[in-house]
Amino acid sequence: MIALVDYGAGNLTSVRKALSAIGADYCTPTAPAALESMSAIVVPGVGHFEATRVLDQHWRAAIRSAVERGAALFGICLGMQWLFEGSDEAPGLAGLGLFRGSCVHLAGPPHGTGPFKVPHVGWNSLRFPGLSMSMSGLAQDTQVYFTHSYVAPVVPESAAVTTYGVEFSAAVEQGRVAGVQFHPEKSGDAGLRILKNWLDAV
Amino acid sequence: MLSKRIIACLDVRDGKVVKGTNFEGLRDAGDPAELAARYNRDGIDEIVILDVTATLEARQARAHTIHAVAREIFLPLCVGGGIRTEADAAAAIEAGADKVSLNTAALHDPSLITRLAARYGSQAVIVAIDAKRQNGRFEVYARSGTDHTTRDAVEWAREATGRGAGEILLTSIDRDGTRSGFDCELTAAVSNSVPIPVIASGGAGTFEHFSEVFTAGQADAALAASIFHFNEKSVSELKYHLRSRDIAVRL
Repeated sequence: MIALVDYGAGNLTSVRKALSAIGADYCTPTAPAALESMSAIVVPGVGHFEATRVLDQHWRAAIRSAVERGAALFGICLGMQWLFEGSDEAPGLAGLGLFRGSCVHLAGPPHGTGPFKVPHVGWNSLRFPGLSMSMSGLAQDTQVYFTHSYVAPVVPESAAVTTYGVEFSAAVEQGRVAGVQFHPEKSGDAGLRILKNWLDAV
Repeated sequence: MLSKRIIACLDVRDGKVVKGTNFEGLRDAGDPAELAARYNRDGIDEIVILDVTATLEARQARAHTIHAVAREIFLPLCVGGGIRTEADAAAAIEAGADKVSLNTAALHDPSLITRLAARYGSQAVIVAIDAKRQNGRFEVYARSGTDHTTRDAVEWAREATGRGAGEILLTSIDRDGTRSGFDCELTAAVSNSVPIPVIASGGAGTFEHFSEVFTAGQADAALAASIFHFNEKSVSELKYHLRSRDIAVRL
């Protein structure tokens, strides 16, 4: 059973719909203790990093302990940023710290306008530095849907890199922990394929 | 490279897709969920549902239409029309919308933009601006083009951005439904004044109109309704045309 963590950040409707479409069994636990019996955890989310404050020490401990005993973890958008150490968007609020580094703002153009508008909204391409479980079967430059203003750095665990003014981690993966900055639930067939890859592997 | 988005707009009234000219004279264009499914197969990047009469008739966009459309697509879905309160926005988002579009309500109470951005993030809040050439500038209209506000479109776009809007959906009332081309001057004026994406709307008739609005108009996305509804132009053909003009699109 997959636990879909509902911490009030954004819309779970579309994530639920996508999980159903790929045949996943999932539930939305209301207490962190429920994670003990879960084989996988999805942390979705859109919006401000501050929203992750709801994931307090109890949730963090439960998620950490689940990962340590081998449960899979998948973060989407803000949920992926939370897997890093923190974000300039909410200084002082720690992420889970499974990946090194902190999220930074996509610097807007100097005069407030230009080719790199922020937020980064729309379909952009993925570059795969190496082989990964979650991106398996996708062609280089596959396009997926992004909507965000902050980005996670490129790290050795980056499974996909996207360029928008700067290079950033579009996906990270290490063992059974993975995260994507884009919205697989909003990225048509490519997005469903990524979710299915993850589901099949876990 | 970030692609220019092609967005299909479903103007919905009483659960049916309708389309008019210059915001008037609506005609039936079919079932919203069926159209959404077709556009999805054809490579559309995003769908907007606008309940064109919602504000006038004082009712919010119908949740079941949103739900039926959301069931058909794994694409971004925006809902506008009669989103007046945080509760209206919550209902639309609950039903499957990723973003809401505010128009009249944002003009009357701009703090709604900030409240919704704080709750759902700026990426979920689009401010729709209906503008018309008047008095040597672009003036903003409210209530589906019926209320003249005397506000300047560029100035209002700036304010909306400052208050937390994540995108501007900019419709030219002069061009709406005329198929005479997007108002590139209006689009460029707004796009150059705000740091957030601008979606151009109103006037799409040919593939050339799209390449113009992405170059001269400096739009980040372009929205059209009737040219797609009646099967006159296919989304995939449009995208091949744009790529032939070196405009980045998702194929």
